[in-house]
Amino acid sequence: MLFNLSLRYKLPLWGTALIVSTTLLLSGSFMAQAWTDLRHDVSRSAVELGRIMAPALFPSLLHDDLWRAYETLSLPFAQSSDSEVAQAENLIVLDRRNQVYVSSHPEKYPVLSEFAVHGADYRQFVSRLDTADLSQVVHWEPPDSSRIMVAIPIAEGGVRLGTLVITYDKAVLWQRFERLIGRALAITALALAIILPASAYWGRRMTEPLVQVSERMGRISQAELETLEPGIYPYRDEVGQLYAAYNEMVRTLLAKQQLETEIVKSERLAAIGRLTAGIAHEINNPLAGLMTAVDTLKQRRDLDPKVMRHLDLIERGLMQIRDTVGALLVQTRVQTRPLSLADLDDIRTLLQAQVAKHRINLIWELELPATVPLPASLLRQILINLLLNAVQAAGDGGEVELDVHVREPMGSSGPPKLAILVRNTGTPLAETLLAHLFEPFASTREGGHGLGLWVTYQIVTQLNGSIAARNADNRVEFNIELPLGDATCNTASH
Amino acid sequence: MSLPYRLRLVVSLFVALFLASSAFASKATDTPVRFAMTPAFLHDQHAMLETWRSYLAERLGRPVEFVQRDRYRETMDLLQQQRVEFAWLCDYPYVALGKEVRLMAVALNNGRPTYRSYLVVPASDQTSMSIADLKGAVFAYADPHSNTGYLVPRFELRNQGVDSELFFRRTFFTWSHRKAVSAVAAGLAQGTAVDSYVWDSLAQVAPELTAKTRIVWKSEEYGFPPIVAHANVSTEDFQAMQRVLLGMQDDETGRAILARLHLDGFIEGSPQLYDSVAAMMKALGEH
Repeated sequence: MLFNLSLRYKLPLWGTALIVSTTLLLSGSFMAQAWTDLRHDVSRSAVELGRIMAPALFPSLLHDDLWRAYETLSLPFAQSSDSEVAQAENLIVLDRRNQVYVSSHPEKYPVLSEFAVHGADYRQFVSRLDTADLSQVVHWEPPDSSRIMVAIPIAEGGVRLGTLVITYDKAVLWQRFERLIGRALAITALALAIILPASAYWGRRMTEPLVQVSERMGRISQAELETLEPGIYPYRDEVGQLYAAYNEMVRTLLAKQQLETEIVKSERLAAIGRLTAGIAHEINNPLAGLMTAVDTLKQRRDLDPKVMRHLDLIERGLMQIRDTVGALLVQTRVQTRPLSLADLDDIRTLLQAQVAKHRINLIWELELPATVPLPASLLRQILINLLLNAVQAAGDGGEVELDVHVREPMGSSGPPKLAILVRNTGTPLAETLLAHLFEPFASTREGGHGLGLWVTYQIVTQLNGSIAARNADNRVEFNIELPLGDATCNTASH
Repeated sequence: MSLPYRLRLVVSLFVALFLASSAFASKATDTPVRFAMTPAFLHDQHAMLETWRSYLAERLGRPVEFVQRDRYRETMDLLQQQRVEFAWLCDYPYVALGKEVRLMAVALNNGRPTYRSYLVVPASDQTSMSIADLKGAVFAYADPHSNTGYLVPRFELRNQGVDSELFFRRTFFTWSHRKAVSAVAAGLAQGTAVDSYVWDSLAQVAPELTAKTRIVWKSEEYGFPPIVAHANVSTEDFQAMQRVLLGMQDDETGRAILARLHLDGFIEGSPQLYDSVAAMMKALGEH
């Protein structure tokens, strides 16, 4: 369950757990060490204190100067007990019979009282004293007691006059230890307060893009390709490389998707082209016979005028069929001269009436040599189609732009290309229309037969060029690229 | 000091002439007066003592040295060996020294040249009414030559027909009245007898200490601890010092020092003040 958590939580949690456990481990070992040191300190300071005081107490005992002994014992308590050195709880001088000779706290250990009466611990301690030799320091920490006792003999020149007993209350030890712990905890808390948010931030920083990648990868199967938010992780480590790789992959997939769409579209158009061409041929053959027959019939003088009227009707119908089929059957297999600037002037002249009628602002940008090695008649057809469409689309007071120039190939591969841009300020084309724009009868425009763009597409395709339409900057744009070749080329059609 | 003035002058001139040393020329006024101070009062007020010392030096026109000893026996030795000229003693050493010393001044304590012995027990002891109730106690004496701190309690016990050596379980000396009070306050001793003047002064300067104790019994009045001069001190020096001491209450500095001593002034006093002490000593076979 825990292991299935999102990295978003798992990484910071894991980091936090590591940090906290490390800190606890360190603090724990520090505390254990501190406790040992403290206890060691206590024994050491007890022995030190005893070794200083015992010689000073010897003459007091020798001369039975109880008050001086008391003053000596009181010395360590004169200072305030704030010092870091463990403060002894009691200093007791025992005489040779282990009676209290004097103590620093006579109310607790009165003069001449038996030391052993204070409890079992004391009895055991006294029995240890009896067995200890002259110079031996006795260290006694009774179990289940809050007291530590250290006994230092008061002896000189082989004579022992008594024993100095120093007792410590472990509660004092605990107090000092608690102070240490408090300080350690404060430092730990401070460190955690700094490290934990930093680690949480770092974890989130790290996992947020991973989570995004993961989510988007999951959606790829639903054909939703999204790149990551830019700048989410600007570093070049492995995670950064992963994001870069993901973005690259998404870009590649998008390009592939686009290409596939294009291919499907052009294949569909090609299929339609083949179909229409087949149908046109099939129609053209009988149509020619039919028209010849009608023509022959019309040569006859004895025809009933009523029949004659019907013949005219049939002939007009047949001619309409011929025109439509002719339009469908784009013929590029024609011998023609190369395109010249005069052709473009002609086109402009042809347009003039429409331009004037709709008060179109016509922008005419040409950057061409005197002749361009492309078939003039086909180019004229394309340009007139596109420009008339543009004028119609631009509407009254609109703007139509034509930009024709020769573009040198990118890099060194391929021939130079003729680039044609036709742009108008009309209503943008609908998405659904864009998808089927170059198919026959796709046009929605009233008065058009719906074959203009189809014909244009056929011509461009047969000239090995490309055509694309798009909405850009509140304008509708048609881009055509045609590779330049021999002016008299016979581009193979179907 | 014991040389007649004329001879001293001759000697001085002689030395001055031959050694051409001006330092010796003024020997008479440069010789310090040595004054022993004892625990008869709170003699650990060092700043006050320094003020008093310079006051005396200024009034006498001579340097004054204070010699402090905790034990009366040591002070008595200093006097007997003439290592000090003057001393503030307790009644007992004064009586004991007899003709070796001359009474020079007696302080006025609450307007009278007297004081008492207080029997003091820890404040926690609410039952003891007299020294007789302290049988088997640990008892603190101030000094074996103290009147109020040693003589009086033993005299009291003797009057009750008790041997003080057997009466208490243990006794010890603290060598100062103040420390005797401390011993009782700390619970080290279950009783002590102290100088009423010291206890009353302590009640003002260290009330937290006296608050831990309780006065059970007050003795009759005795002559206040006297200031004495060694018998050999010249009359001029004796009178000069006596004049200065008795005149302390007449000037502001002197009164300020007296206030810090918790005293009203000094009078000449009379040796009869100490007759009752002498009687006690006699009764205990110590005089």
